[in-house]
Amino acid sequence: MQTTDAGFDIRIRDALGNERVRGNFRRAMDGLMQRRLDLFPDPEAMESLRQHGMCIKASALSRLPELLEELEAKLIANGIRVHWAETPLEANQIVLDIMQSHGATSMIKGKSMVSEEMGLNHFLEQHGIDVLESDLGEFILQLAGEPPSHIVAPAIHKDRYQIAELFREKFPDIPYSEDIDELTQSARAILRDRFETAEVGLSGVNFAVAETGTLCLVENEGNGRMSTTVPPVHIAVTGIEKVVEKFEQIPPLLTLLTRSATGQPVTTYFNMISSPRKPGEKDGPEEVHLVLLDNGRSGIYSDPELLATLRCIRCGACMNHCPVYTRIGGHAYGTVYPGPIGIIFEPQKGGLDKYGALTTASSLCGACGEVCPVRIPIPNLINRLRYEAHHSNGVTPGSGSKHKRSEALLWKAWSLLYRKPLLYRMMTKAATRLRMLAPGKAGPWTRYRVAPKPAARSLHDLARTHGVDNE
Amino acid sequence: MNTAKPKQVYFFGTCLVDLFYPEAGLAGMRLIQREGVDVIFPQGQSCCGQPAWNSGYRDEARDVAAAQIALFTKEIPVVVPSASCAGMMQEHYPALFRDTPLETSAIALSKRIVELTAFLVDVLDIRVEDLGNPQKVAIHSSCSALREMQVGDRIETLVTRLEKLEKVEQAYKRECCGFGGTFSVKQPEISGAMVADKTASIRESGADILVSQDCGCLMNIAGAFEKQGEGPRCLHIAELLWERTHADD
Repeated sequence: MQTTDAGFDIRIRDALGNERVRGNFRRAMDGLMQRRLDLFPDPEAMESLRQHGMCIKASALSRLPELLEELEAKLIANGIRVHWAETPLEANQIVLDIMQSHGATSMIKGKSMVSEEMGLNHFLEQHGIDVLESDLGEFILQLAGEPPSHIVAPAIHKDRYQIAELFREKFPDIPYSEDIDELTQSARAILRDRFETAEVGLSGVNFAVAETGTLCLVENEGNGRMSTTVPPVHIAVTGIEKVVEKFEQIPPLLTLLTRSATGQPVTTYFNMISSPRKPGEKDGPEEVHLVLLDNGRSGIYSDPELLATLRCIRCGACMNHCPVYTRIGGHAYGTVYPGPIGIIFEPQKGGLDKYGALTTASSLCGACGEVCPVRIPIPNLINRLRYEAHHSNGVTPGSGSKHKRSEALLWKAWSLLYRKPLLYRMMTKAATRLRMLAPGKAGPWTRYRVAPKPAARSLHDLARTHGVDNE
Repeated sequence: MNTAKPKQVYFFGTCLVDLFYPEAGLAGMRLIQREGVDVIFPQGQSCCGQPAWNSGYRDEARDVAAAQIALFTKEIPVVVPSASCAGMMQEHYPALFRDTPLETSAIALSKRIVELTAFLVDVLDIRVEDLGNPQKVAIHSSCSALREMQVGDRIETLVTRLEKLEKVEQAYKRECCGFGGTFSVKQPEISGAMVADKTASIRESGADILVSQDCGCLMNIAGAFEKQGEGPRCLHIAELLWERTHADD
């Protein structure tokens, strides 16, 4: 899907016009922000933890190629098979090949944004594989035929009444309920059977530890543990940026992740997967595979400033705190990753020609950068991508594709006016003298506000008459 | 920041204040002068370059910024009555001029930038007698003041020193008003939704006055109130301070 200017505009208008979805987002984001705040009561401790998190991820990225090699060697030594995919299509094919080698036709999935990036469900279904999402939010979305609207809470745009209605439609035999616990129990009962029969389980990865060859998976519902231990084959998919150097670096990252994401001191489940079932062990898959996906990440890696994008630990705090995301919701972005991280990640991954319009969807208020647990300077990177969108000398794919001659000329004229004191003085004189002629309509600005009127006398003028020194 | 009281400061008025809120700029200069500090207002000044910088037009921003750098050469503080312009000059000039002949001067200037409310509180520590009527005031700190410059609490201190004012708190106080410079033009519907929420929460607070340290936010919020037909009086903190604390004029 492309995020064209026109398509984006339409989705924004639709989202803003949908009071119910707007209310759902506002309430949910308010709750998440408050919960996060409650768990970071001491600003100094929070800042020092964020700094620590940033350093861990930055340090890992600075050694990314060698860490990936180390990770691969350790995983292989542990009995986990490693696959490299440059594109989503390659990754999908790898997953399909593994399934076909076992003659498997059913998969149960834990939550994975990388699998969304791959479009895995659609691909496998086309090849006759039965795929079932087991994360409650993802399960709901699979029923509804919708993509996630948030990277941590994928069905956050739906309230319980909408979910109750969906269940009534899809499961007419189950008694209707609007009670959250009852709805959850219904989903749980449906999923239980499928865990036992699915031939392959798939999951994402939150952190991959190079030192020990350990795949860490953070979750709350236990479906991640079920997906990775019950079926005979477990396939993990992840982006190449998820690797960290040492096992001892996991606790601070986990603390940052759970607090920033859902305001939890720790999640209900934290899985560390380090090998397939060993002889004598009673459970666990017989085979474990890791698919490492690039999908544009190595391109981002080549720029020292944009590289910070890859520090992301996918907590979603940037979207929870974004006033734009809160109002338009995740679907309006039209991308796998919405919100501030999506604004910087998607154009770098998929090209500014396709996703450059996203960079306009920020007031640069800085709320995202303020809460990012690994201190990604998101506003600065949005600024950088805006530059690259208009200039062909950028490093991002599709650089210069948003160049508009008329807009460029306007800024050239602006620059001339504001750097030549004489021209600037003439402009302000004209504006103040002719203030009553100032247009009452100033494009879209005046749809929600009156147009500002120039003052009768400029500050330059007032400073002169009040005898303020010129130099 | 150097908190020793200087003899003399520059005043960088900003383009928005120059054309739309000159009284706020003049009030800022008078407040500083009243504390016995000389103010220099270089008449060649125009804009910090932020509109172009935030829109992705770095060459154009650099040309305009270079013209300002040439004007503020004395080793004295440059006081700016806007956290967003101060943020541009303090935080982004070094990046804007990286690997250019002006890099050293840009960095030197960036270190002398002081946002007005921070200057009034941290350097001048102004004490005032409030001559105004009792009124309720809501404060909107700009995103740049809160996050980029980390001086969002200075306006709170200043309002507290105006004894006859009662501070009221609006919901979602720290949230952006939706201005965002060219954001309000490029994404008018989102910006409009944001300012609609902002004005609603301010109205609910029962404030008679809305005060901010940034004229971009004021233009947005006041413009929306005016369009809606009613709302509190919106003004810059310098203007509020000046009009409530000077007897003549």
